[in-house]
Order: sequence, then C-alpha cells, then structure tokens
Amino acid sequence: MLKDITIGQYFAGDSLIHRLDPRIKLILTMLYIAMVFIPTNPAGLIAVALFVVACYGVSGISLSTVRRSLKPILPIVVFTTILNIFFIEGRVLVNLGFVQITYEGLLVSALMVLRIVCLIAGTSLLTYTTSPIALTDAIERLFAPMRRIGVPVHELAMMMTIALRFIPTLIEETDKIMAAQKARGADMESGGLVDRVRALIPILVPLFVSAFRRALDLATAMECRCYRGGEGRTRMRQMQLMPRDMVALVVTVAGLAGVIMLNGWLPSVYG
Amino acid sequence: MDNIIQTEGLSFRYEGSDTLALNNITLSIERGSFVAVLGHNGSGKSTLAKHFNAILTPTEGSCHIDGIDTREQDRLYDIRRRVGMVFQNPDNQIVATLVEEDVAFGLENLGVEPQEIRRRVDQALEVVGMEAFKLHAPHQLSGGQKQRVAIAGVLAMRTECIVFDEPTAMLDPRGRAEVMEAMKHLNRNHGVTVVLITHFMDEAAQCDRVVVMDSGSVVLDDSPERVFTQIGALRSLGLDVPQVTEFADLMRRSGINLPEGILTEEACVAEIEKLLTARQ
Ligand SMILES: Nc1ncnc2c1ncn2[C@@H]1O[C@H](COP(=O)(O)OP(=O)(O)OP(=O)(O)O)[C@@H](O)[C@H]1O
Ligand SMILES: [Mg+2]
Repeated sequence: MLKDITIGQYFAGDSLIHRLDPRIKLILTMLYIAMVFIPTNPAGLIAVALFVVACYGVSGISLSTVRRSLKPILPIVVFTTILNIFFIEGRVLVNLGFVQITYEGLLVSALMVLRIVCLIAGTSLLTYTTSPIALTDAIERLFAPMRRIGVPVHELAMMMTIALRFIPTLIEETDKIMAAQKARGADMESGGLVDRVRALIPILVPLFVSAFRRALDLATAMECRCYRGGEGRTRMRQMQLMPRDMVALVVTVAGLAGVIMLNGWLPSVYG
Repeated sequence: MDNIIQTEGLSFRYEGSDTLALNNITLSIERGSFVAVLGHNGSGKSTLAKHFNAILTPTEGSCHIDGIDTREQDRLYDIRRRVGMVFQNPDNQIVATLVEEDVAFGLENLGVEPQEIRRRVDQALEVVGMEAFKLHAPHQLSGGQKQRVAIAGVLAMRTECIVFDEPTAMLDPRGRAEVMEAMKHLNRNHGVTVVLITHFMDEAAQCDRVVVMDSGSVVLDDSPERVFTQIGALRSLGLDVPQVTEFADLMRRSGINLPEGILTEEACVAEIEKLLTARQ
C-alpha cells in the first residue's frame, strides 16, 4: 500500500517544457521566483499568474494538480490573510467595533495570497516536468563552481541520488516489517495518538538497523567500483544546450523585465 | 605471469578481535579459471574475498593481484580495475536510479570518456542479457535481474577477475540459474576469471576447482570430483555434498557399482544406464 506513494511527483511527458535542459529549468525557476517577489501591486502578480498558466498550458499538465500541492499550506495562508485583513490600517471599509477591515488590508492580503499561489504553482512545474535524476544531475553541474568556495556539491548530489535510489527499497521494506509485526499481533490502527506512535517503534527500530546495514554494504560496493569522490569523475550522460533552451531563457528574461516595468507604473499597496 | 591472484602466508585479524580470521593462507588463482570457495558460516570466506581487491590488507603475509602488492596504497585503483566484486544482497550494491547509470558508475569513477562509457555499458548489458531494461529503475527488477545488473557494472570496467560473494543466496531457483548461467558465460566466452563463494554444492560442482575453508585456513583444494568424494571429511567440516553424489555413495554402499566422482544428474543417469545395459 505504501508503494503507491510517488516521490517528487514527476509526470513523464514529452512537451517543450519537459525537454528543456534541466539546468536551464533550474535557472528559469530562479528567475521566476524573482518575478513573483517583485510586484508590489496585485495587478503585477496577475500578469505573473497569466505567465505561469501559459507555461502549464505548454507542459500539458492540468492546473488542478497544483491544488494538491497547495493543500498542506492552506492553514498558513488563511491565518496570515486574516491577520493582514484586520490589522493593516487605512481607509475603513467595514467596522466591527473591536476590529476593522480596511481597503489597504484587503489589497495586501490579495497580494500575499496571489504571491504564494504563484510561487507554489511555478516551482511545482519544475518537479512535475523534470525527473528527480535529471534534477540532481542538473544541481551538481550547475553548482559545480561552488566547490571552490568549499561547498561539497558532488557529495550532496550523490547523497540525493542514493536517497532517491533507496526510497522505494525502504518503502518496500517498511511494508514487509509492518506485515511481519501485524502477523505477530501488533495493532497499528486503533488507540489514541500515543498508542499509535508507540506502535511505530517496533517498525522503526528494525527499519533503522537495516538501513545502516545497507549503508555499510553500499559503501563497500562503491569502493569496489573505484569510487573516490567527484575528483576526476566523468559522466556518461552529457547535457547539451539546444536552441529551445535559449528561447525559453529569452522569453523568461523578457517576462521578468516586463514585470519590473509594469511594477514601476503601478502604485504600490505598501504606500 | 598466469596467476591473477597469489597469496603467500596470508593472515588477517580484525581490529579488536583476538582470533585470526584468516590463518596462513597460501593460494593462487590461475588466470581464466573458475574456482569455488566453500566453508561453513564464519570460516573466513568473505574476509579472504575482501583481500582480493584490497578492501582489506593482510596483517601478515602478502597478497598480490596480477603482481601488484595490495598494500601499495597508490595502486589501489589498478587493483580494483583488475578484480571486481559482486555481493550477496543485490539491493545494497546498486547505486544509481537507472540501470544504465548504475552500470556506468565504475567507468565514471575511472574517468573514462563519455562515448566510450556509453559503448561499454551497452556491451556489458548485452552480455548479461539486460539491454531491454537499461532505462528501468532497479526496484522494478527481480532479484536475479538486479544481480545481473551488478555483474554488468563490474564487467563494463573490463576487470579480469570477478569475485562473487554468495551472489545467489537471496535468490529464488530461477534467479540462481540466471546468475550461474551469466557467470559461466563470462568465464567461457570472455575469459573472465571467476571466484565463486557459495553455500550451494551443486554450484560448486560446476566449477573447475573447489577450495574448502575452515576457521580461517584452507583445508581442501582440488577438483570438484576429488573434493566431493571425501564425503566424511566434508561432513565433519559442516558441509554437504551434492545430492547426486550422496545418492551415488549410498548406492555404492549397498553394493551397486557406481563409480566415484559423480557430480551431476546427467552423469549419474548415464552411469546407471551403463550398468543396466551391462546387466542385460
Ligand atoms: N568486521 C568484522 N569485525 C570483526 N570480526 C569480523 C568482522 N567480519 C567478520 N568477522 C569475523 O571473522 C570471521 C570470518 O568471517 P567471514 O565473514 O569472513 O566468514 P564467511 O565465511 O564469509 O561466513 P558466511 O558464510 O556467514 O558469509 C568470523 O569469525 C567473523 O565473526
Ligand atoms: Mg560471507
């Protein structure tokens, strides 16, 4: 049953966005994040939202998938929206006696909600259209220059690869351990919170023991295959920039410039 | 030089242990041979295997791989590109998230050119019959298939010798047959020297030579025919003999004149047929 969980939520596909070089996609995502944080007026963010909707259109991924990604952060959004609506001073629209809703408060809340939605929608598109392996590879290659300032880029990427490799294995193992403990009469579905957490102990202990065993075995196996860190290592898969990558970059940079210009025109809600 | 592996009075003690895990082992493995290593649990087989590619180095005595002393730290990778290892648990030796990337892992570590890696990876996957799976994730494969991927990973490095540490212990009969077939194929058609550590006597019976270990020493070292006829000695070392060999032995004791050294069912059937036709 645990097997159904997919990690990173990658939707395989063959759209233009799927085929972009993952390094470029990382850079585009960073530009996009800038685009989301620049507008100080909801109208500017609506332009950004249109841009991201267009991207979803090209990728062939339904916008409704974004709803699922938004769900976990919904409480935070609601909470800060309420705070903003009631506590920002300005032209009073509704007066409830002890609190009042102001025009400025509504504008700031709208800006914030739009910003969060745009941020999640845009960054999710990266993981929806890029396989975890490609993403890890891209991170390693893109950040390789940071090795010079002491960031262990290769090691971090290797850790991510190994984590991705072992997640399905460990999930399968958790399933097996759970079945084994149930067969011995363990009860994991009833009782209060404390009971349920306690019922996890006989699952987590064997899982950890086996994970450490695997780690030791894997380290030996890697040594046997001449692993000695990132130094002098080559890669079979080469990444090559295509004209389409350049086009995507130009379009996004133009979008960013447009957002900056638009923002100069529009009045800021922060006064 | 026709010995790929040569140990001379090799002894090894794990740090913090007060018994020798290996005791004065002198052994040579000929290039191109197919050698089985038997012994009960804890007899030192894995410890010996780890000396063959310098994961461990001798406490006393020496171990030479293709003439290179395993204690020469700066030749570590020269040793490891000559002798590769395949382990028992197929899950714990696959590093990458795609089959072809895993096969490429060793070559990437050695700094081989990308096009050459591509070529050798495709070739290695073809040799073990896994080319159709090159874009699969490891967890989508059966145990036997994962083990063949691990073999391809070593093969792609063009090691002259592969040491298998109980490669079939966690597999079902079909997976075992697949891996045994792959090992024989490598040995016969690609000249790879194979050292096979196993608990399965029928696998050992298919090798050229059988080395039996007991508490850190080599106690028997001969052809399978001659090793497996010493049924009493093997029993006292905590080992079995192949079922057919035991069967033939029982027949012999009850007065039926089967020859010694029968290791396979086919040979047994042939001998019995011979006896029956002789009687008529
Ligand atoms: N890391 C270690 N530290 C200390 N002692 C060890 C270590 N690994 C193995 N030993 C000991 O060394 C001896 C030989 O172990 P080894 O693993 O080589 O046996 P084996 O023949 O491979 O057994 P098995 O058939 O169970 O795999 C055993 O007595 C074992 O307890
Ligand atoms: Mg062992």
